[in-house]
Amino acid sequence: MCLAIPARVAELQENDTAMVELGGVRKQISLALVDGVSVGDYVIVHVGYALNRLDPDEAAKTLALFAEIGEGIAPEFLTPSASSE
Amino acid sequence: MKYIDEFRDGQLAQKLAADIRREARSDRAYGLMEFCGGHTHAIFRYGVQGLLPDNINMIHGPGCPVCVLPIGRVDSAIELAYRPNVILCTYGDMLRVPGSNRVSLLKAKAGGADVRMIYSSADALKIAQENPDKQVVFFAIGFETTTPPTAVAILQAATMDLANFSVFSNHVLTPAAISAIMGSGEARVDGVVGPAHVSTVIGSRPYELFAEQYHMPVVIAGFEPLDVMQAILMLVRQLNEGRAEVENEFSRAVTRDGNLKAQAMVAEVFELRKTFEWRGLGWVPDSGLQIREKYVAYDAEKRFELPYQSVADHPACECSAIIRGVKKPLDCKVFGTVCTPDNPIGSCMVSSEGACAAYYTYGRYKESR
Amino acid sequence: MTKPRTGYIRPLDLKNGQVDMTHGSGGRAMAQLIEELFLTAFDNEYLRQMNDQASFQIPAGRMVMATDSHVVSPLFFPGGDIGCLSVHGTINDVAMAGAVPLYLSASFILEEGFPLADLARIVESMANASRQAGVPIVTGDTKVVERNKGDGVFITTTGVGIVPHGVNISGDLARPGDAIIVSGTVGDHGVAILSVRENLSFGTSIQSDTAALHGLVAAMVAAVPGIHVLRDPTRGGLATTLNEIARQSGVGMMLRETNLPIRTEVRAACEFLGLDPLYSANEGKLVVICRQEDADALLEAMRTHPLGQDAALIGEVIEDDHHFVQMETAFGGRRIVDWLTGEQLPRIC
Repeated sequence: MCLAIPARVAELQENDTAMVELGGVRKQISLALVDGVSVGDYVIVHVGYALNRLDPDEAAKTLALFAEIGEGIAPEFLTPSASSE
Repeated sequence: MKYIDEFRDGQLAQKLAADIRREARSDRAYGLMEFCGGHTHAIFRYGVQGLLPDNINMIHGPGCPVCVLPIGRVDSAIELAYRPNVILCTYGDMLRVPGSNRVSLLKAKAGGADVRMIYSSADALKIAQENPDKQVVFFAIGFETTTPPTAVAILQAATMDLANFSVFSNHVLTPAAISAIMGSGEARVDGVVGPAHVSTVIGSRPYELFAEQYHMPVVIAGFEPLDVMQAILMLVRQLNEGRAEVENEFSRAVTRDGNLKAQAMVAEVFELRKTFEWRGLGWVPDSGLQIREKYVAYDAEKRFELPYQSVADHPACECSAIIRGVKKPLDCKVFGTVCTPDNPIGSCMVSSEGACAAYYTYGRYKESR
Repeated sequence: MTKPRTGYIRPLDLKNGQVDMTHGSGGRAMAQLIEELFLTAFDNEYLRQMNDQASFQIPAGRMVMATDSHVVSPLFFPGGDIGCLSVHGTINDVAMAGAVPLYLSASFILEEGFPLADLARIVESMANASRQAGVPIVTGDTKVVERNKGDGVFITTTGVGIVPHGVNISGDLARPGDAIIVSGTVGDHGVAILSVRENLSFGTSIQSDTAALHGLVAAMVAAVPGIHVLRDPTRGGLATTLNEIARQSGVGMMLRETNLPIRTEVRAACEFLGLDPLYSANEGKLVVICRQEDADALLEAMRTHPLGQDAALIGEVIEDDHHFVQMETAFGGRRIVDWLTGEQLPRIC
């Protein structure tokens, strides 16, 4: 549900809108739901609206957490068992 | 694509999977419900289930706005679309959903109704401005994520004094639906993977009450596959330690309070309905939103005096039990035979995020082993 | 003495004129449209005979014939238009039998009021495509329908070609163990079209990949005459084409997501709209299935051709009574790549 993706704000435009950029694609969105967005911020875009700003520090923390995980795991856990639905 | 690709890394997935296998106790089962269709979609599309040990069982919840919209509301939208001088605008997701007699908005369009697919509520406003001699109705669906954009459209219409624009509101509330499932007491759910984008708007606080009341761990997670796996690991840890807390894996976008500006705009325009019918869950109190009296001019239900008639689901359909986590798609007699994505009978098959459609589209390979 | 006049009609107003009913009536206006626009652009010895049909000698061998109606909205899109598309589409259908395309016919259904300038652009684009491909348009037809009974212009093209001796390519010849190769990035055309649709418009450098593939096919057939299956994944995209072949051949397939060539822009546009690039149309790509031991030679031949530079081995044919097309995901899981359900519509959830 609720398809939304993080995109970088490339340009602030009039009437509370902005041009965002994702992987070489640019799209105009509304900033009506968020305050204080600057160029370079990442926002979560849903149906043409920025829902929220993405917090880069928190994203880095989550990724760091992933990186720590699985260190020193015994080999028997590294091969998946035959699983089923 | 920054903040997307990092969360789809296959090597990290293997390590996370190993950690989940190491920490999941073999002497117990873990029934984890992902409420959102977005999570269901990620689980199937990336093949997450195949990386999990057998005793972690993902239960696919009702969190897809298309799936939970009752047939009667689809019928109302179709009836509206057929009225003379009406342009009905809606998101692409709604076009194929069959109402009574298998008529969808796409078929109504073929039959001469003026139905337009839009990407954003702002597009509906634009269509209204461009067609002053027509009544433009936005058939609005969705959870807390999609409601704020509808609120913005109504507020803008009011500012512009746009007389030919109205909204047929079908916005629904996530916490109410989760409570309805938990309250039924029959679902074998030990923990909940909490909504991603809904939570960016409402924050993590609304789940706190509910974690306490049902002693149910909740981990709010992003919709990328590594987010889902990390949330599963966090739920396994909570369950192993006997905790029932609200944890936030999606901290890069979700705070405890959520988006207060969006909440305020929604509160300005919408109020609770006493009750709202959900496909699969029945009538759920305080689970839907209607347009406040102050903005009644933009309420299509009032403007067009839309009557509502509840329509029963197919008797063989097990969607209701599947949504509540009591049954699996394969337990349903009509799954994959009478009911397919091309010819959906039940709610779980109508959208690609429904449990049955996701299983049909992505998961059936297990049968070929 | 005055010089005798050669014509007594005003030339077509290709700048501001419009198609009207007389252009399809069989009278002088129609003759003028054909002579000034179509004949001038497509000019070749067959058309110059001014007959209702083209007659030509054909080389000995097995002949193939394909027809394709082209309706596209918008008519002009990044990287092409309905004109070149209608030439490439039919040439590719002929070429997917391993054949050398020889001749094309073109049939136009025009809507009253359609700007002649646009028609001229489309016809010019067709003529260019046909010349570049070396496949002449040798006969044709024009009809005009009343305003609101058409969508500007519909073009149907038919093509014939000859299959070289010893080549036997068909959708039912995929065998377990065979290699599956795609000639380049997938999904470009579909996304290019969406990028200019009303209400969806987004800025992108993605262009339609529309191209005639018979040159590439000739190089491939020369390198590996024993190719089993060739097909261009147009509507419904790569996923749909592979499912068609799996069913026709009674086999399953296993794809490797990490090997699939997809442009970042195409992935990004699909993320915005909730679409899957595997179901997005292509107009200048092909899928080829061959014996595993022929795969390297075929890939090498493809990569030396400009239209096959990004060719990639994307999976293999397996035994499967369900005829499922499956994929090992880049994430390390497994999933089905199913038939497209209905039309792929942008999603919000």
